[in-house]
Amino acid sequence: MSYQSRHGSLLTEDARTRKRNRAESRFKAYGLTAVIASVLALFMLLASILSNGLGAFQQTFVTINIALPEDKLDKSGVRDPEVMAKVSTFGYTPLIRDGLVQTLANAGIETDQSAKALLGLISKEAPAALRYRVLANPDLVGQTVSMELLANGRIDGFFKGRVTMESAALDKNTSPEILQVAQQLADDGLMTTRFNWGFLTKPDASDQRPESAGLGVAILGSLYMMIVVLALALPLGVAASIYLEEFAPNNWITDLIEVNISNLAAVPSIVYGILGLAIFINFAGLPQSAPLVGGLVLTLMTLPTIIISTRAALKSVPPSIRDAALGVGASKMQSVFHHVLPLAAPGILTGTIIGLAQALGETAPLLLIGMVAFVKEYPEIGIEGFTDPATALPVQIFNWTQRADPAFVERAFGAIITLLVFLLFMNLLAIFLRRKFERRW
Amino acid sequence: MSMSKLTVSTLAICALAGAASARDNVQIAGSSTVLPYAAIVAEAFGENFDFPTPVVESGGSSSGLKRFCEGVGDTTIDIANASRAIKSSEIEACAANGVTDIIEVRIGYDGIVFASDVNSNDFAFSPTDWFLALSNTILVDGAMVENPNTTWEKVNASFPDQPIQAFVPGTKHGTREVFEDKVILEGCEATGAFEAIMAANGGDKKAAEGACIELRTDGRSVDIDGDYTETLARIESDANSIGVFGLSFYENNTDKLRVATMNDVVPSTESIATGEYPVSRPLYFYIKAAHIGVIPGVKEYAEFFVADEIAGPDGPLAEYGLVSDPELAETQGIVSDEAPM
Repeated sequence: MSYQSRHGSLLTEDARTRKRNRAESRFKAYGLTAVIASVLALFMLLASILSNGLGAFQQTFVTINIALPEDKLDKSGVRDPEVMAKVSTFGYTPLIRDGLVQTLANAGIETDQSAKALLGLISKEAPAALRYRVLANPDLVGQTVSMELLANGRIDGFFKGRVTMESAALDKNTSPEILQVAQQLADDGLMTTRFNWGFLTKPDASDQRPESAGLGVAILGSLYMMIVVLALALPLGVAASIYLEEFAPNNWITDLIEVNISNLAAVPSIVYGILGLAIFINFAGLPQSAPLVGGLVLTLMTLPTIIISTRAALKSVPPSIRDAALGVGASKMQSVFHHVLPLAAPGILTGTIIGLAQALGETAPLLLIGMVAFVKEYPEIGIEGFTDPATALPVQIFNWTQRADPAFVERAFGAIITLLVFLLFMNLLAIFLRRKFERRW
Repeated sequence: MSMSKLTVSTLAICALAGAASARDNVQIAGSSTVLPYAAIVAEAFGENFDFPTPVVESGGSSSGLKRFCEGVGDTTIDIANASRAIKSSEIEACAANGVTDIIEVRIGYDGIVFASDVNSNDFAFSPTDWFLALSNTILVDGAMVENPNTTWEKVNASFPDQPIQAFVPGTKHGTREVFEDKVILEGCEATGAFEAIMAANGGDKKAAEGACIELRTDGRSVDIDGDYTETLARIESDANSIGVFGLSFYENNTDKLRVATMNDVVPSTESIATGEYPVSRPLYFYIKAAHIGVIPGVKEYAEFFVADEIAGPDGPLAEYGLVSDPELAETQGIVSDEAPM
């Protein structure tokens, strides 16, 4: 090979340069494909979640006039809620049925359906709602009240396009004739589909009434757990990291601790659930299904994440800052708390929020401590609420995907949207804090 | 929030936990088949009584009974739901932990149905068909051979020429046991395969039963370890497949599923109640008698559960798909007398 061919002109590409340039453009194409593929996957995921779940935020309601006869609801006539409570929800069902038939007649809607079949228009939750209203206000007895009730899940599905005349013909729980009545009610303005706050505020409901199921208990439970995690994991994690990073002697014990912390961060989360069941419930005797125990378990799970990110934040503070503090006579502790910690705070907060977001989406460890459950009662607002039974947002999604009624699929996706919105806000907060307080050297 | 404030609130939470008063809600766990019924009852119970709504967990009959048997006291569950009767080994485990008086409550029966996509072929099955379609080995000309059937037509000449593809519950499900006992084993005996295996292995009945219920592993029978919702999704994506479901799940999805008959009987709450439809099983829950009067509402919940207006043939449970027990009055007596097993 001649001298010339190895050192060609810069203006003409030789074979080797072309090869290297081709390799580079190939790599760029691979990278771009990878990015496009992930964006497409994310887009499909979001599209499927949104198309399946947005319906959960809408609900169909029906307004009917219900007569509340005294001889059925309060034979004694004293209007004492305690006496009236003897009439169970089963006693209110016929009143709703009669009210519905009367409302249809008043609106001039003719149908050959039996009163029992027509009751299929209305949620099975309606008798409980009516009973609750009457017991809260006994003077209503003897009057005729107008009441807005939830429509049955199948009817609601009809207005959202999930149930069609064809599918209803095969469906044992509804029929095309009932759907026609529903359509007429909607035409008369007695049945409306609108935004449903109940999805965010109501508790879970049993399999027979998907239309009344909501996320209230789950959101409260998640909130209580996050409070516990924040109150425990942040101080513990920060204290541990400061000690390990700034004070601990460099010997095999600290090495061992460091290795263990990194390992713990990779332990499957269900393991923490097993630990929680053994320690907090069986040994310490804490109540089952309680957000306190859930929070403790999630604290254990989040702690390694927080310690690792806090240590990284402390490490990124330049040693010159510590040296300067020590040089003007500050003690070791003063240098850490007056100078290093404030500078590391944005990193610590970001790590904590990401740890919290991870804990918010966790189901597996809650399985074993009884939080994957049907919980209808709200935990109390206040400190007692921490030991009351509750569920959590991801648990509610898991529960709803297992239900037989197809209406729960929509609600599960709606819950996913809610959870994603919470996670989005937490991550935005983390980004905001980082941007606002971050300092570069 | 300052560090000291955080520490104080942490201590406050811990102190509160230590002082947590006795539980005032009924705690239930167990079978995922019983869960929807228990949730319906718990919801109505909370609405109509002053007691808080019971908390119902699923997790399976075995895990529920295991937790039930962990001992007596606040941190253990009060009621275990089960889709099978409690085993003697479990009663012993209970007794070893001080759980001695157990009240058994049979709430009704659950049917197991075979269904395919709503737009697919009709089937009229017998247990023999299922054995010939899904068993690992079948009897051909007096010898046990690896299952050669690939289409339903080969199983039974009256069936359409459709490839065999079945989704059956995984072994952790109670439904699987019923499917094996009442369908596959039955078919095994009816085709004479059971006799042939017995003759070959020297009369070992247990081993023969085990060999009978062994399903083929060439992909034509797929175990579903998840819920019926997963089976439904699989069937919707493959119109030729047939799945095993609980009756209540089918009743809630009649617009998507076409149900097959068994021995020419259409599964329904009525045909199961009369015993005509053969594939069914009783459902139970078990009450810890030691918790009655300690945890408020345990007995009231049980009484409410078996009341005619709930568990009777016109109640909400029957409407959801539970086959009500013809001997419900007897069960009501057991609950009101708190009669242990």
